[in-house]
Amino acid sequence: MKSAKKAGDRPARVLITRIGLDGHDRGSRIVAAFLRDAGMEVVYTGPWQTVASVTNLALQEDVDVVGISSLAGDHLLVPKVIKELKATGLGHVAVVVGGIVPDTDIRTLADAGVAHVFHPGSTREEIVGKIAEFASAARAQATM
Amino acid sequence: MSDLKGKQEQASPGYLEAKARWNAEFEAQCKDIGKRRNRSGIVVEPLYGPDNWNSSRHLQDLGFPGQYPTTRGIHASMHRGRPWVPRMVVGLGVPEDYNRRMRELYAMGLTGLFVSPSNIHLRGYDTDEVEPELITGIGTLISTSEDFAICLNGLPFDRESISVGDTAPYTLTAMLLKVAKDRSIPWSSLAGTTNQSDYLSHYAALHMFFRLALPGQKRVLLDHAEWMNTNVPRWNAFSIVGQHMQQAGATPAEAVGLTISSAIQYANDLIERGRPPDSFLPRFSFFFDVSLSFFEEIAKFRAGRRVWARIVRERFKTQDPRSQRFRFHVQTSGADLTRQQPLNNIARVTVQAMAGIFGGLQSLHTDAYDEALGTPAESAARIAVATQNILREEAHLDDVIDPLGGAYYIESLTNQMEDEIVSVIRAVDDNGGMAAAVQSGFVQRLIGRSALEFQKKVENKEQRIVGVNSYEHDEDSRTLPAGTQRPDRVKVDAYLERLRAFRANRNQSKVAQALDELGASFESSNENTFAKIVGAIDAGATHGEVCARVREAVGFGEPLVLV
Repeated sequence: MKSAKKAGDRPARVLITRIGLDGHDRGSRIVAAFLRDAGMEVVYTGPWQTVASVTNLALQEDVDVVGISSLAGDHLLVPKVIKELKATGLGHVAVVVGGIVPDTDIRTLADAGVAHVFHPGSTREEIVGKIAEFASAARAQATM
Repeated sequence: MSDLKGKQEQASPGYLEAKARWNAEFEAQCKDIGKRRNRSGIVVEPLYGPDNWNSSRHLQDLGFPGQYPTTRGIHASMHRGRPWVPRMVVGLGVPEDYNRRMRELYAMGLTGLFVSPSNIHLRGYDTDEVEPELITGIGTLISTSEDFAICLNGLPFDRESISVGDTAPYTLTAMLLKVAKDRSIPWSSLAGTTNQSDYLSHYAALHMFFRLALPGQKRVLLDHAEWMNTNVPRWNAFSIVGQHMQQAGATPAEAVGLTISSAIQYANDLIERGRPPDSFLPRFSFFFDVSLSFFEEIAKFRAGRRVWARIVRERFKTQDPRSQRFRFHVQTSGADLTRQQPLNNIARVTVQAMAGIFGGLQSLHTDAYDEALGTPAESAARIAVATQNILREEAHLDDVIDPLGGAYYIESLTNQMEDEIVSVIRAVDDNGGMAAAVQSGFVQRLIGRSALEFQKKVENKEQRIVGVNSYEHDEDSRTLPAGTQRPDRVKVDAYLERLRAFRANRNQSKVAQALDELGASFESSNENTFAKIVGAIDAGATHGEVCARVREAVGFGEPLVLV
């Protein structure tokens, strides 16, 4: 496994969260555990966060990546999260989505600035590798 | 005499010699004789015989169907006399969309009705209380009894059992009672289930149906159960759910053990209220997941029936056979389905369904093959119903009761699954019972550990998944019928307009009074709060209004989530 400690002089910091209304969290808990095992610092929240609470947490915890898990349509709020992050001066923070995202919505999310959508079946290697990359890029952009 | 016969056979020189000869040949032919384990961690041998199980314990451990300890089935006739009920979880769009889909599936052979409301509803809000992006068309938009009446138009809920996806404060059940009353259908003729009323499983594993603080959940559930028991005697107010736990990662044995622990908790809670066990245990119902681990799942259900029957007899000291029946609904596991090569899911669902049927289920939901892509398309939902019809009417899986009973492997595995289930129940007992064990995080850690272990097996390909970590083949899922369609904007606007009109055109003082009575009922332990919820819905209160008033009284609840 590649070391995730690339983002400057500290481990990558990732917020794994759920917005909107859904509560299924097997995937997000496993992803959080994988990222921790890879040496990243993970902030994990319970379900039902709001756009405002996710933005506040991203700010307070100084994260490089926000990972949003969605299984039942909550991903449609993600464009609002990105807008709010930008408005708060956190435009460098990468936002990724994992879970069930219908093909028809992928374009909408990409256009809104979502860095990547992880579908069911994504491997640990792929998830850890991509998030480490996004974290490095976010850190570089933040320190510019 | 079969006992002696079995033992004599095993002890005879011929038997041992033959087995040794087989074993030598087996090992010579097998390149890899490494141990295999099922999902519950039980070692799976390459062969089972009379030294693993002999039939002498038929009466004590199996019993005839309908007889203690009900291993072979809870009814004498099982699927011969009581065909399993095809009950599909259906929830989409506006009430009119739901009604149309349900009528189509009913015409396809569905007999059990099921209403699955939107996540907006599940979180305790009316449709117009959330951000408009969240009106997604997943789960049916239901805010008022008028919505529910439209859902049920032309559907025979007075003849067929109906399951409502409903949580504390159980407004959907209250709406059903209002619809029945308005159509002059006596409540005594209604049969059905407050599906997933089990808040402990939602606190620990799924969270969807958890919306009040724990003491409030407990109060409303017990009030609901007592009130329904008196007023709608054929209703199952308790739907105790292992499905969430297995979907969240618990092994099959853990899921059954934890679910029985929840049932023990609820039974003790009702006994504490002075209710005799035989007054409520016959209306306990269970809801499980069935995975692709075929034989393990069959053994799981057989063992679950035996463990529950024994616990009811030993802990609750009742001999009433109705109290010992482990009645359960089964849903094929969505976690086993793949987004890759989605048509393969039809094969997966067929295997899962067969395991549930051989396990002796009472009703069955078969997943549509496109559920890892979004809300099922109509054609996919039709295939899921047809799968059940094929298994019943073409493959004749309902011909013989417990057809695998007596197989050395199945009986041996049933015994081992029973041991695993019992050890989980003991561990929960040692942690103070299920209510304490979910609050200390014991249950969440157990489930989390198993989920991670399984995922690691997938990652290192010890558990292969066709199309995901083996036999990958690029296939464009966009060529399939699109399941998830955003609800038609025009329909949603009309829906929201109807909701506003519903609120405007009712007797406001009557609604206000009913909601005040509901709020006040929480201040006295002698009041039945669910009676007031039925009253508030009857007076014209909306789902969101009732939920808000109950939240005000007992507080909003957050589940305990551990990583």
